[in-house]
Amino acid sequence: MTGKIVLENLKNRPMRSLLSILLIGVPVTLILTLVGLTQGMLTDSQNRQRGVGADIIIRGSTVSSVISFSGASIPAGVADKVQQQPHVKLAMGVINHPVDLPLFITGMDVAKFTQMSGGFTFDQGGPLQGPDDILVDRYYAEQRHLQVGQTVNLINHDWRLAGVIEPGKMARLVVPMRTLQELDAATGKLGQIYVTVDAPANINLVVEGLRGLLKNYPVNTMAEYTAMYNVNQIPAIKEFTVVVAAIGVVIGVAVVWLSMYMVVLQRTREIGILKALGASKAFILGIILIEAMLLGAGGTILGIVFSYGAQWLIRTLVPASFQMAIVYAWWPRVAAITQAAAILGALYPGLSAARQDPIEALAYE
Amino acid sequence: MSNGAIIETRDLRKVYRVGQVDVAALRGVDLDVQPGEFLSVVGPSGSGKSTLFHIIGGLTPPTAGEVKVGGQNLAALSDAGRTKMRRRTVGFVFQKFNLLPNLTARDNIAVSRYIAGLGTHPDAQFEEVLRLLGIAGRLDHKPNALSGGEQQRVAIARAIVNHPAILLADEPTGNLDSENSKAVLEILRDLNQRLGQTVLMITHNPEAAAYAHSTVHMRDGRIVDRTNAAG
Repeated sequence: MTGKIVLENLKNRPMRSLLSILLIGVPVTLILTLVGLTQGMLTDSQNRQRGVGADIIIRGSTVSSVISFSGASIPAGVADKVQQQPHVKLAMGVINHPVDLPLFITGMDVAKFTQMSGGFTFDQGGPLQGPDDILVDRYYAEQRHLQVGQTVNLINHDWRLAGVIEPGKMARLVVPMRTLQELDAATGKLGQIYVTVDAPANINLVVEGLRGLLKNYPVNTMAEYTAMYNVNQIPAIKEFTVVVAAIGVVIGVAVVWLSMYMVVLQRTREIGILKALGASKAFILGIILIEAMLLGAGGTILGIVFSYGAQWLIRTLVPASFQMAIVYAWWPRVAAITQAAAILGALYPGLSAARQDPIEALAYE
Repeated sequence: MSNGAIIETRDLRKVYRVGQVDVAALRGVDLDVQPGEFLSVVGPSGSGKSTLFHIIGGLTPPTAGEVKVGGQNLAALSDAGRTKMRRRTVGFVFQKFNLLPNLTARDNIAVSRYIAGLGTHPDAQFEEVLRLLGIAGRLDHKPNALSGGEQQRVAIARAIVNHPAILLADEPTGNLDSENSKAVLEILRDLNQRLGQTVLMITHNPEAAAYAHSTVHMRDGRIVDRTNAAG
């Protein structure tokens, strides 16, 4: 019967109910979008690093976090030295330059890259031919509406779009290494070095050897390195997520508070009737809380649906810049957050309703 | 203070605080209502009859004096105790019907049983009461689809579904035309005569009061006269 009273109350004020659900759903969407973007971009970066096909990565001495890259701080001679180490099959240096964050343009020796990874798969066009050629992946081409042969201005330089490649291998934007080194005034310098070894059993042996040889440079197996692509390794992202979740709670509490306060005002007389029939304070409070929790549950579901909408929008509008995952593990968390907000928001109006004097409530017009 | 009465009040007083002024609504009311009695309470506005109704119904505590309803001393009950008392000891019928607008007539009746902890389905005998009230075919309608007379009959059904010791009716015909008023009053009289339901009815209307066995006249917070139907 309590459920019926609550459902009929919700049905009787459909606009209020829907508006409340919408306003609760928006912060849920924000939280899920933020978490989804973090997860999606990490997974995408991780997959692209795995796509290189390397066994070991050596990064510059100036890297500031566990997964970041440095500027061009490694002399090219280091790659040559690595190449000469026992069990090393191939050492390939690359250089990166930020374009429109979070995008990077990567300068590489395409012949070596092909040897290491099996090469790019082309959707359109073909490999780099001249010093001012560029390859972009399908996502970037879609985002910028690019066609092969077209001139693309990036980092104040005109490039000829030689080919559109399938995403998933190291970089979205690829140019000849020498050109990028010249543009960056970093001739003879590298950002990181990828290494393959002759047999998987020798990877750790080579890593140990390189750590002894290159004391200032972080050396990791690719397995170690890609495993570090998780939220806990990104500085401040956890704190940022907590802040966004807290803002979501505040908005949720405010929405539910206002909504349920209006409910209590509008239903003063009905509360008086229930009290005259002998309804306890707990019964009245229960009705208000259950109604708020249903609104919270509706907001959670709507927020989840909207997060799919956000994912579709991001995929459609900026597929190269951002990748958003649907993080199912966060569904119960946002449900708990909205329920907490709903209960907090409904508590004061609910207690006010429960404490109402039945005679005054019955006289309310 | 025990004479078999189902309602007993002695020197019952109620003072309301209005702003910074104390207003005495009841100034020492002594009243006995016997089980199975149909009593009407009449008096001008401000005479204290509604306050008496609210105290006997357990909606507000008295300021002083004694009030026993169905053997329970309401003056000694806490707010929670009075709330519990209202579930089964009294049934209310109000001038404005006071049905829950979002629920059907059936659910309005069921909610009273639910709150009293009796489930939601009325007992088999209650079907007979619904026929007596003439609303058996209207139970699946919401209040806004019912006439005033039908709404008041649903309110009566809700009031007696838990078999309360006392049915308290506050101006039950105040919002009805004469035809529906007559029907409602006859229902109250039928319930009293057929089921032995004790009824205490507040009214302005002398014709309505005449349906009762006896009538109590109130003025200025006191009972000034009590007459029975014959006299």
